[in-house]
Formats: sequence, C-alpha cells, structure tokens
Amino acid sequence: MDNKKLTWFNRVKDSDIYYSFIKSPTAIVSTFILILIFFCSFFVEFVTPYNPFDPSSLSLMDAFTPPSWTEDGLAKFILGTDGQGRDMFATILYGSRISLIVGFSAVIFALVLGVGLGLSAGYFGGKYEMIVMRLTDVQLTVPSILMALLVDGIARGIISRELHDEMAIYVLIFAIGISEWPQFARVSRAATLVEKNKDYVSASTIIGVSNLIIMFKHILPNILRPVLVIGTIGLALAIIAEATLSFLGVGVPPTTPSLGTLIRLGNDFLFSGEWWITFFPAIFLVILAFSINLLGDWMRDTLNPKLN
Amino acid sequence: MKSKYFIKILLTIFFVFASTQTFAKTIKWSMQGDSLTLDPHAQNEGPTTQVSRQVYEALVTRGLDMSIGPQLATKWATVDENTWYFYLREDVKFSNGQKMTSEDVVFSILRAKQPTSDFKEYISTISGVKAIDEYTVQIKTSKPNPILLNQLSNIFVMSKEWCHENFAVVPQNWDASQETFSAVNAMGTGPFKITLREPNTKTVFKRNKKWWGSMKDSKVTEIQLLPIKNAATRVAALLSGEIDLVTDAPVQDLARITSSAGHKVESTPQMRTIFLGMDQAADKLRTGNTGDNPFKKKKVRQALYQAIDIEAIKKKVMRGLSEPAGIITFPGVNGYTKELDKRLPYDVNAAKKLLADAGYPNGFEVELRCPNDRYVNDEAICTAVVGMLGKIGVKVNLFAQTKSKHFKELKDNQGDFYMLGWGVPTLDSHYVFHYLYESGASWNKVNFSDSEVDAAIRVMEGEVDLEKRNAAIANAWKIVRDNIAYLPLHHQVISWASKSDVDVPIRPNNEPLFRFASFN
Repeated sequence: MDNKKLTWFNRVKDSDIYYSFIKSPTAIVSTFILILIFFCSFFVEFVTPYNPFDPSSLSLMDAFTPPSWTEDGLAKFILGTDGQGRDMFATILYGSRISLIVGFSAVIFALVLGVGLGLSAGYFGGKYEMIVMRLTDVQLTVPSILMALLVDGIARGIISRELHDEMAIYVLIFAIGISEWPQFARVSRAATLVEKNKDYVSASTIIGVSNLIIMFKHILPNILRPVLVIGTIGLALAIIAEATLSFLGVGVPPTTPSLGTLIRLGNDFLFSGEWWITFFPAIFLVILAFSINLLGDWMRDTLNPKLN
Repeated sequence: MKSKYFIKILLTIFFVFASTQTFAKTIKWSMQGDSLTLDPHAQNEGPTTQVSRQVYEALVTRGLDMSIGPQLATKWATVDENTWYFYLREDVKFSNGQKMTSEDVVFSILRAKQPTSDFKEYISTISGVKAIDEYTVQIKTSKPNPILLNQLSNIFVMSKEWCHENFAVVPQNWDASQETFSAVNAMGTGPFKITLREPNTKTVFKRNKKWWGSMKDSKVTEIQLLPIKNAATRVAALLSGEIDLVTDAPVQDLARITSSAGHKVESTPQMRTIFLGMDQAADKLRTGNTGDNPFKKKKVRQALYQAIDIEAIKKKVMRGLSEPAGIITFPGVNGYTKELDKRLPYDVNAAKKLLADAGYPNGFEVELRCPNDRYVNDEAICTAVVGMLGKIGVKVNLFAQTKSKHFKELKDNQGDFYMLGWGVPTLDSHYVFHYLYESGASWNKVNFSDSEVDAAIRVMEGEVDLEKRNAAIANAWKIVRDNIAYLPLHHQVISWASKSDVDVPIRPNNEPLFRFASFN
C-alpha cells in the first residue's frame, strides 16, 4: 500500500542498487566518464564544427598538425590532425560513435540469440538442450577474433564489392555478435535450470500457462541479473573486438574510421614522430573499455553477490 | 704419421669453416609488394622485372649509369637499316649447365612476341629472327628502328630446352590467371638462381656458380626477397636488423632511419610518373550516377586536373620527395622538355566553372581505383585526391586494393577512373605512346584514340632521321597534353634505405643489381 505513493524516483532512491552505487566511487567516476563519452559521441555535431567523414571539407595543407599545446600546434585543432587534415578530436568522437554503435548492437544481437537459445535449452532439456550446448562448446573452441574474421571473409565473398562498404558495419555487428553468444547461452541456461524447479514455475505449469509465457514472462526476469553482468563486460569486449578487426583492416572502411581504423592509420606514422595520430585514439579506447569494465565489475558485485 | 693426417683434417675443417663464416653473406631485401610472376615475358611490371633481372639476362643491358652495354651479345652490327647481327658470348651457360646458343635467343624473342606476352609491344617492329650459326643471331625489323637496342634490353633470354621440357613454350597467360611452371620457377644465365619461391612471402636467390661474369663482391652469396606490405612494419624490420635493404623506404620515415647510426638513406629521382586515367570511350560510367560518361568531355577532364592541388600532395603526402608533372615522362627521356612538363594551374573556381559549363554543375559520382602496395604512398595520394575533387562537387568513392588485383581488373576494362604509374625503360617517348596512347594499346585503358598520334607513333618507329623523329614526338606530346588524355600527378622520387655496411648502388629505375652489391 505504501509503495504506491512512492514516485519512480523514490523507488530508485530506496533501492539496494542506488545505495551500493553512491557508496562506490569507482562506479560513480566510470559512469560519469561513460555518460560524457556517450553524450559527446552521439551529439558530436554540436560538440565540434568539423565533419571528418566529409572529404570535401578537409584541407590537405592542414595535415600532420601537432596537438595545440606543442610548438607547431594550432588552436583550432586541439589534438592535432591526421595525414589527411582531419581534426583528431572530431575524428575520435565520430569514430567512437561507430565503435559504440557496433559494440552495443553486437552485444544486443548476442544477448537475444544467446538468451533465447540458452533459456529454451534449459527449460526444455533433452536432445534439444544437448545440441545447443554442444554447439556452444564447439564455438568456444574457436577464438572469437578468428570467428569474426571468418564471418567477415565469407561476407566479402558473397556480398558484391559495391555493397560491401555500406554493409561493412552490419557484417561487423553480425561477426562480433555471433562470436559472443555462447557466453550468454551458457549463463542463461544455468540460471534457468535453477529457476525451473522452483515452486512458481510448477504452479504456472499446473494452472496451464503456456511454455512461452512461463519462459519469457516468469523465468526471464529472474535470470536477467547474471545476463546483464555478462552483457556489460561483453560490451567492453565487443568494442575491443571491433577495434581489433578494424586494426587488422577487415572492419569499417578508412573513409569513415572507427577507433580501431584510426589506430591502424596512425600506426604508419609512429616512426616519423607523428605520435598523436595513433596515441589519442588508443588512449580514448583504453579509457572507454576500462570504464565499461569497472562498471561491469561493480554491477557483478551488486547484482550477483554469489559470484564473489 | 697419424698425427700428420690429424693436422691435415683439422686444417681442412678450419678452412672450410673460416671460408663459410667470412664469405657467405646474405642480403635481405624488402619492398612493399612482390614480383607478380617469375615468367620473364608474362608481366611488364617494375618489381617483376626487378626479380627477373637477377636471374635472366638480355642481349644488351643497362649498366649502373643507365647506358646500354653488351650482356649476352658482345657486339652487334647492322648490314642494312632493317637487318641486325648480334654476336653472342661463347662462354655463357644456364644455371643448369646447358650452353646458351643462338637457338635460345631466337626462341626467347619469338616467345616474347606471343599473344600472351606482355612484352610484345616492345619488339613489335621485329619481323624476323634467325640463327646464322651457333653464336650469331640475325634480327630483321619491318622498318628502321632506332631504339631496337633499348627495347632488347628488356627481353630476357630463356633456355629453349628447359621451356620445352616444362611446358613453358608460350608465356604464362597472366590476365587469365594461368598457373605455369615458369611462373614459379626461373632458370636463366644471370648471376643468381632462385632456390625457393613463396609468392608474397619469401624468395631466395643463390649465386649461380656457372655465371660467366664476376661479382663486384664475392662475399654476396645469397639474396632474400621478403616483401612487407605495411610501411611501419617494414621500417621496424630494417631498424631491428631483420632486413638489410628496403628499396621503397616510406617518405615519412626517412628522418628516423637516417638518425639511426647503423643505417643510411639514398634518394634519387625515379624514372616513373604517377597519373590518373579516365575512360573516355565508354558510353556510360560503370560506377557513375549520371547515366552518361562525363569524362568524354575535355572540360570535365580539365576541371578534375585543375582541382588537384599537387603542391599540397607533394608537401604533405610525399614530404617533398616528388616532382609535379605535366606529362607522363621525365627528364632524361628522349622527347621530354621542361615546357611540356608544366602543369595547368591549380584553380578550384576555374574547375567549378568548367564543370558547370560541361553540364555538371552539381558534379557527379565515380569510383577511383587505386593500388595500395605499388607506388610511393599510392593510397594516401588517392585519398587526398578524393578530398580535392569533393571540393568541386565530384563525389569520388575510393577503392584501393593490392596491385595484382588492381592491374588485372584494369586490363579487364573494369576501371572508370584509376591510378597508374609509368616508367620508361627504353628512355624514349615512343615507349609511352606505344603503351598508353596508341589506339587499342594494351595499357591504353582510357581508350584514347587520335589518328594524328597514331601516325606520329608510326613515324617514331620507322624514321631514322632524328630531327624528323623528334618533331613527331614533340607534336604527339602536344596533342595528348592539350587533350588531357590523362591527369599527370608527379614524377616519383625513390629512396633506398639500408644498413650502413651493405652497399647496393641506387638506380633511377628502382632496379637493384645485386652483382654490384658489396659489404664494407
């Protein structure tokens, strides 16, 4: 009765999660950094006047300008420019948007696929469960980067070259997603096995609720905690996987660079002393992945104390 | 007695070890791409010839100073203006021990004239070749040819018997991706023989002990070619000592390499001009969006020309190591003048106006094809061009790929707009016209066609009066330059970087000759 008077805000404020959050400086700092990065990446048009993806707005004469605080730097290019005259700061933000979109989409793809298969496997059991679980075992023997490279290679074979550049980002999402789903499948199956023998499931079965409703309406909310923990850590992994693939040159095309592509392009100039072209995207990637990981650790501690 | 033997054995062992230790030395050579094929007549491409040149020899050849001198032929004479006699060296053996005779020379020249040969244009004027005796070859030309020696310096001599044994009588059909024995094996009369060939990974050249000539430094016994595509990796390999010589040192890293105590850098203007080609014959661009072919109009070509800021490319992409070009030939080639080599001025507004006048005020879309492992900073140049053309409204989509695919697809007529570089091994303008401008020529992928130029090419081939011939060359250059048949970019400057104690003389055609290599 009392609960009804509470607003949504108060409910959040009273929850365990909120309490644990404000008691954890790491969580606060990493959340703050992530919000800042997300905001800057998705509203980059308002943050910086440059559009590095529009080749006609670039001037080659601006190329290789060092960061603004060095001797030859220019105030208008805070972090300097790359070999094509792109402002590094703007390029990193545009690049991180691509990295984030790819990372999020890949994790959501893996999550939907993995939880769907894991939950149904745990619930139905039998031969179906065995097939799904052996499938995850087989896939776990293949390193995820190799799996993603394989998918990309096949996609290049079947998609025509004209389409490939446009499709590159979807191929990347699929490649990373398909290499990460077994984690989700295993965790959700394990959790389902625990849940399905509980009384509320037996009760629903007895009153004749259909399997689908039991699975997705009753069991799913109860297994979401471990899945979310895995999902957060998976996001950092997906962003790093994207960077790795782009660094290897099989990711997004260099005209619309993601963080990994930027690091690869800058790599050519490391010996010539133009360190900023590869250094800043790399540092940015480290901060991004590190923040997500810290947040993921905190979520694991809070949501799933048993894992400790 | 026994101790005497013992000392003998000990001494033998000592000498064997001492000699191998001090004298056997390997030069590890790297560049971004590999030879496309070992068949010496299948592909007329720089690195391919660079590799073949270590193994195969020609009747005449260019020395370190680029002048023509004897190689397999010791002397030659003309009886009349269409008949040449070549007198061969008598001490030449192939690396498998066979003697080289005039039969092999005749066979090789005929082989290079086969339809699958990429060198047939070199020797298109040769109408007949026959062996007079074991060491004399007679060559007949269809008309007087003043540059026959220049052309023959690139026709490598193979063994007739070896080709017959190994089903390699005709050159590999490279355009059709044919696989042949001669494409992965080489057997010539040159200073080296290839003992291991892993395309794009490793090629090992060992000294050919049966070679007739003498090495400059007998310590050089083995060459390894290890292509490394990534520029930074190549430089790292050089600096760490894994590689001894890089024949295409990245321009951005020259300062770093020079600052290393154990390394040196040498630069020289290369005999190669980089340019862009635009298909002027197709009715419709394959990758366009206007439904017609804008490149048919000279104004469009000129607009693209004037939109390219070549000085910015020189300064930022090439770091000063290039020479902006107005024609596709360079100083030192017969027919080159400073006047012709002047570029149209860089002028974005004029370019926009030209484009509007031609009926494309909003520009158009096209794909630019580029190699990414052939010329100095090729992909970076193309990326820069994309941005510059974007400024006049031409939306260019860049497609960069490895050179073997790039060249193959160009030959297959798949390019609307592409990058190419052209060297002139014969040092005569005729070579450029014969390959790039003549109607239907094998590398004329812009499909340029002009009857006056074709007529001038005929004059270049048959005219012995040098004054008349040069007038024809000058006229042809003027026509193609005024027509803007291609968009010239710049003459390349090449830089070789090596360990300080490895001395391989740099040559303007970028071809190392390892018989002149030495250790100091």
